[in-house]
Amino acid sequence: MHPIRKQRLLIVLAILIASSVAIGLITFALRENMNLFFTPADITSNKAPMDRTIRLGGFVDKGSVKRDANSLAVQFSIGDGQHSIPVTYTGILPDLFAEEQAAITKGKWDGKIFVATEVLAKHDENYTPPEIRDSMKKMGPKPAAHPQ
Amino acid sequence: MIPEFGLYCLILAFCFSIAQGVLPIAGSYLHSARWMRIASPLALTTCALLCGSFAALVYSFITDDFSLKYVANNSNTLLPVQYKVSATWGAHEGSLLLWLLVLSFWAALFALRSTKLPTVLRARVLGVLGLVTTGFGAFTLFTSNPFMRNLPFIPPEGSDLNPLLQDFGLIIHPPMLYFGYVGFAIPFAFAIAALLETDAPLRSSVSNEWTRWVRPWVNTAWAFLTIGIALGSWWAYYELGWGGWWFWDPVENASFMPWLAGTALLHSLAASDKRQLFSSWTLLLSIFAFSLSLLGTFLVRSGVLTSVHAFASDPTRGYFILAFLAIVIGCSLTLFAFRAPTTPSTGYRFLSREMFVLLNSCLMAIILAIVCLGTLYPLMADAMQWGKISVGPPYFNSFFIPLMFIVLLLLPVGVQLHWHDRHTFKELFFQWLKKPFVAALFFSPVLLLALSLPFSILALLAAWLGLWVVISTLMDIRHKLRNAHTPWQGLKSLRASYWGMCLAHIGLALSAMGIAFTSLASEQQDIRLAPGESASLAGYHFSFESLSQNNGPNYTAQHANFRVIAPNNESHMMLPEKRTYLASSQVMTEAAIWPGFTRDIYVSMGEALQPEMGATSPWSLRLHIKPAVRWIWLGAILMALGAVLAVLDKRYRHVRLHTSASQEHVSS
Repeated sequence: MHPIRKQRLLIVLAILIASSVAIGLITFALRENMNLFFTPADITSNKAPMDRTIRLGGFVDKGSVKRDANSLAVQFSIGDGQHSIPVTYTGILPDLFAEEQAAITKGKWDGKIFVATEVLAKHDENYTPPEIRDSMKKMGPKPAAHPQ
Repeated sequence: MIPEFGLYCLILAFCFSIAQGVLPIAGSYLHSARWMRIASPLALTTCALLCGSFAALVYSFITDDFSLKYVANNSNTLLPVQYKVSATWGAHEGSLLLWLLVLSFWAALFALRSTKLPTVLRARVLGVLGLVTTGFGAFTLFTSNPFMRNLPFIPPEGSDLNPLLQDFGLIIHPPMLYFGYVGFAIPFAFAIAALLETDAPLRSSVSNEWTRWVRPWVNTAWAFLTIGIALGSWWAYYELGWGGWWFWDPVENASFMPWLAGTALLHSLAASDKRQLFSSWTLLLSIFAFSLSLLGTFLVRSGVLTSVHAFASDPTRGYFILAFLAIVIGCSLTLFAFRAPTTPSTGYRFLSREMFVLLNSCLMAIILAIVCLGTLYPLMADAMQWGKISVGPPYFNSFFIPLMFIVLLLLPVGVQLHWHDRHTFKELFFQWLKKPFVAALFFSPVLLLALSLPFSILALLAAWLGLWVVISTLMDIRHKLRNAHTPWQGLKSLRASYWGMCLAHIGLALSAMGIAFTSLASEQQDIRLAPGESASLAGYHFSFESLSQNNGPNYTAQHANFRVIAPNNESHMMLPEKRTYLASSQVMTEAAIWPGFTRDIYVSMGEALQPEMGATSPWSLRLHIKPAVRWIWLGAILMALGAVLAVLDKRYRHVRLHTSASQEHVSS
């Protein structure tokens, strides 16, 4: 084969191999690092996997936020008006975290309690995360207590 | 009255932009010199009208004209006046008007500076810019008109600007970002104009020669984008209150993707300019850089993302931008597929600068693909009903870090090589690369010691990599001075574009080291402290002395008085705040930062854990020690400065395209 052609063939082969390896790696990494979103209803009906990082979103139930007296541990429950999931978290809650407001938590469900490693709240008053908005739509009318 | 004037200007500008999009391009095919010449006055008029429209909106904000829906939703009489001005682009409608204004500004600047270009090319570039303006003008007018009135019930008070946006960083972040985003419209318009040429030989020569002309524009846009991204990151760092500076949030990715494409474009333009190489690839990158800017606008403005930037989510807006995006990308790629120049590239050896420019492009393209996939995958999964997912930072980090490692590793090699280089690797290494390689090995532990960072393999590797780039750049400068009579004379004789390159590469190395050191050696603690108690972290002593009240113009705040004592007994008062904004009763964290070149100390307040105890209540607090975090933004500033410096190079000052000189009198 002509040396230039041979070189080109090698380059094309190298690009092909490199890109297939890359695609394989990317798919693997995406699968490892994506976090599925679940509603309290999904968890009650055992649709959520256990011991895998997932996201749980809904409204923080009224009167459910309880702080530990000596540490930064806090307990609350996230619900959608009909179902309610207890959550524990240790750390600082975001500014817009409040009872009867939308929140998304990231963590693991162990069958009894949702152990959160991260709590996200809305960015401003008028904003509801789309995931929660959609799940609320599916649930029918919003909980009456929620002002939106 | 004034808002009506603004709307009137906007409508007129829209009409003018239609004319600007249609007449010059039609004229270029019908050989009508008059139609082509009208392009430049049209672009200037559109810009002037949009300035008027924008000024009317700013005026409405300053005078608290709450009869405008947009003003009522985003301002308040108590808002300080600088935030009233910046509130103009604080939400969807106004930021689109700013987008439009910036676009018309670039077009007008182009019209003023392109008098030496061939008439046909100039008319087509301005025509393409006019078409883009038309698309965005329609979007603003029909889906997001900022001049919509709130009649007949005028609210007595506005509902305030989101407190997160009431900040200096956010006054200048969006304009900078938009100047960058929209600046890529110029190379895009150039690429399309070059592809619109019907005569094949002329087309391929234009595709080769437009590059020198367009380089300063790309550099400027890239510099703005770099600063815009850095400002966003800096803002997130001190304003969101959690000490993070990059979250791989889809909105950040949306601005990062055009930056990656722009970086590849910047380098491939150099090869196209100097060696007439990769001309199709450069055209494609120009199209991509702007398409990604549009994609970014779509992601941010359509409300498909959960983010501080996703304001109201109105589906018609999303569909509109998506349709616009599809038209722009679809048409330009189709045009590219049919018209791309097919001139075969001249061969080049593996070990040459050409190849390393190509490698740079490949690496940027790979990073871009990975970021793009991670950003769009959740949207795709949602659309396909695969479930609602989010992709976390570990995905991005696991690719970005090793790929950036390769980028930095190869960078000095590429810089040392010449166009059409004839060296073998052995010669290259022993002549040029051995010294910086060894010197970086020697200095990396020294650097870690100087910054008092803990030793680890990764930290050493990062320090070595950064120094490898910095030292080889410095050695290259010294090598360039070897024949000069005095070093000063030598320094002066170096070209501005060379200085620009050195500065930008050093900036990249600095940013990379900053990212690595902060990520590897940051200390963070969430604690519970009451006034009078104290805590230590990494040798720093934090005492919470008292809590006091500190009210601002439109908020009330509680602030903590912290005395921080460094390991060297230097003492500093830090005053983090918790603000409650009056209009929206929204709560905001204002972190206190003790900045430094080698480390930042960062304190932010969580919340009162027993609010019934008042000023003696314990608080949840977050303490951070962040080594070298400032290097990240310092590096970005150097990169942007480098790009601007390269624009000042003499060789761009009197550039003229000669190819189509014969065309000048085709039509007259």
